[in-house]
Amino acid sequence: MRVTVRLFARLRDLAGSGELVRDVEGPATVQSVWRALVAEMPALGEYERTMSVAVNADYSRMSAAVSDGDEVAFLPPVSGG
Amino acid sequence: MPVPLIAVAPSALDLSTLTQEVTRQRAGDGAVASFIGLVRDHNQGRRVSFLDYEAYEPLAIRALHRIVDEIGQAWPDSLVGVHHRTGRLGIGEASIIIVAVSPHRAHAFAACRYTIERVKQIVPIWKHEHFEGGDVWLEGATADPDDESAREAAYRIACA
Repeated sequence: MRVTVRLFARLRDLAGSGELVRDVEGPATVQSVWRALVAEMPALGEYERTMSVAVNADYSRMSAAVSDGDEVAFLPPVSGG
Repeated sequence: MPVPLIAVAPSALDLSTLTQEVTRQRAGDGAVASFIGLVRDHNQGRRVSFLDYEAYEPLAIRALHRIVDEIGQAWPDSLVGVHHRTGRLGIGEASIIIVAVSPHRAHAFAACRYTIERVKQIVPIWKHEHFEGGDVWLEGATADPDDESAREAAYRIACA
């Protein structure tokens, strides 16, 4: 199945793109999407302990299931205001 | 055009327009507290040139609605409007405006302060700081809207 990965701020800079389309094996979770991404781009791995995740623009958890067509976002610690 | 109570957009912020809208919705209330966040010319010993704000817009809007809902629970007589700007902002430009209205001042001040504290905790927006000699992505809180200790900390600050 195919998912859209969204990356923001420094994660986007590290990946060189804010939006990636990836084919992942089902059944997938946010965690499995992240692992595949880090295997591809090891530099992203430093964010594993501090990032937040979202599925279809709603906060989620690493254990959440991911379906075909979902948008999975990985978010560095926020700094708005 | 109607003014939304919540907005995340690159357009310049206008406190008077947001104030008019919030007070129009709560005509008869006696207290308005507002906050404007401006781009500061220094940060952690660096001379800042400008900030570039990036947002995950749909989730930022959703997180702001969550904050407004939390305020509805904590101070049911209060109403808040909050607009956050994105994109490149120069020194002294407003990045966020918050307007809180309530029958009395205590809840207006508290709701206003609570909003900015929660924005910094859970709204997916990032500052890319450009300073003399380089640039850096600022990283604050790991956003977790279900973290009750963070929410309680914001509430305590708001009521201090």
